[in-house]
Amino acid sequence: MTPALSIRNLHKVYDSGFVALKGVDLEVQPGDFFALLGPNGAGKSTTIGVICSLVKKTSGDVSIFGTDIAKDFSLAKKNIGVVPQEFNFNQFEKVFDIVRTQGGYFGLPPQLAEQRAEKYLKKLGLWEKRNQPSRTLSGGMKRRLMIARALVHEPKLLILDEPTAGVDIEIRRSMWQFLKEINASGTTIILTTHYLEEAESLCRNVAIIDRGLIIQNTSTKALLRQLSKEVFILDTQEALTELPHMEGYQGQLIDNHSFEVEVKKHQSINALFASLSDHGVHVTSMRNKTNRLEELFVSLVEPHNTDTNTQAESREEGKS
Amino acid sequence: MTPHEQWVAFSTILVKEIRRFTRIWLQTLLPPAITIVLYFVIFGTLIGPRIGKMAGFSYIEFVVPGLIMMSVITNSYSNVVSSFYGTKFQRSVEELLVSPVPNYIILLGYVIGGVCRGLMVGLIVTLLSLFFTDLQVSHVPVTVAIVFLTAVLFALAGFINAVFANSFDDISIIPTFVLTPLTYLGGVFYSINMLPEFWQDVSKANPILYMVNTFRYGLLGITDINVAWAFSMVIGFCVVLFIFSLYLLDRGKKLRS
Repeated sequence: MTPALSIRNLHKVYDSGFVALKGVDLEVQPGDFFALLGPNGAGKSTTIGVICSLVKKTSGDVSIFGTDIAKDFSLAKKNIGVVPQEFNFNQFEKVFDIVRTQGGYFGLPPQLAEQRAEKYLKKLGLWEKRNQPSRTLSGGMKRRLMIARALVHEPKLLILDEPTAGVDIEIRRSMWQFLKEINASGTTIILTTHYLEEAESLCRNVAIIDRGLIIQNTSTKALLRQLSKEVFILDTQEALTELPHMEGYQGQLIDNHSFEVEVKKHQSINALFASLSDHGVHVTSMRNKTNRLEELFVSLVEPHNTDTNTQAESREEGKS
Repeated sequence: MTPHEQWVAFSTILVKEIRRFTRIWLQTLLPPAITIVLYFVIFGTLIGPRIGKMAGFSYIEFVVPGLIMMSVITNSYSNVVSSFYGTKFQRSVEELLVSPVPNYIILLGYVIGGVCRGLMVGLIVTLLSLFFTDLQVSHVPVTVAIVFLTAVLFALAGFINAVFANSFDDISIIPTFVLTPLTYLGGVFYSINMLPEFWQDVSKANPILYMVNTFRYGLLGITDINVAWAFSMVIGFCVVLFIFSLYLLDRGKKLRS
């Protein structure tokens, strides 16, 4: 099957000499909901910039549904919709005009562009705001406006760079639902996000990019299986004066009604509860201390950052 | 993109540009009209009669073609420079860059948008001039062709300025320090035949002189320069600036990192 996105050995060196991408290889299959994760400055936005032509690649190959962007960028771009990280629409234009105009840029006849603008503004809850200048919208509405604009030509591949940054939880969840529907209708979605809960909840496959290289590229489930331990917070019915006895488990008291416990991959949660019951501790609720993907993300990215720090320290020592 | 899709994209950019300058008509259409009316009143009605005839015409008749051309030049330039730099500043230019619109369509859309504003202001000024003098048109094709080509030329120049501009200051430097002096010294208010021979030769290095005089030839039938040479020069400049603008877009100069 022709991949929705294929990136081979992608390099990008900016004019300043900064090496942003050092040979990125990535493949996203049609219909996938894919997360591209990485710390700040890892190369996520540069990769997306190259895919949608805002950044010029230094070398490497990028194909969209089999069309090489170096050979026929116009055809490749017809299949892409982009929601950038920063607001990038005319602040003085009306909401409806922004979406309709984008349809025109993709060659949609005026009547069809207007129909599509109406369709997506309604779906994203912006129809009532259609005649307002875009600058009067709230941050969440502006994000939804950019999604409506990216969908007006109904692309086969939708790329979202931090789409829910600064959006309150209620709207974020409604956006997730909307994106799930778009994906279910056959649109391939690539998402970058800092909310790892978002990636875990939405995406079937995940790639982690760090310092210009893909360091993990697998399914979300397979990635989560790599977790060697999880830390849970347990709330108890009784007031606690000390950490309950848990044979083989490490933990610490948080306050007199909750404590945290570390469960290693080979350990059973059933055995933990059995041990707590034996000691008369009644657990009323339980939750992960941090998002599971976040724990894994930090463990994967940290070694690189530690290496960087060590190298930097070595260089400093060399100087002195 | 198919030719039809390209036409749709072009008309979308053009309509957006026209909508922009008509939406803010208080900033784009009214000020040049007021300025030119002041020129008509001061140079035409108050000072003009004391100057007497120039090249066989009353002074107001002589300056009207130059003032029309001056407003066309200024407005076609400033429309494109402010609009395209504005899209860069707000990053809404990315809407175009991520779309499949070919670069020459982007360029044509902005340039024709600038031409529309230049011609609209030119038309307003022409109509206002009728309150001060009778207007004759001696050579209609020459008049139409030179005003259109001049608007294209300065819209292209405005586009190049916008591409290179890094701040709003940068989009006012060229109009203030280059365009305005060249226009004022380009035979708008006087015939270069009044100047000493040396300054006549210097004036002939000013391209705006050729546009103003050709337009004056179209209206009044008088000129200080060779009209055919003027057309060749304006067309030549248009071709060179169009190719250069396209090169900048293809390279993504200050647009793609």
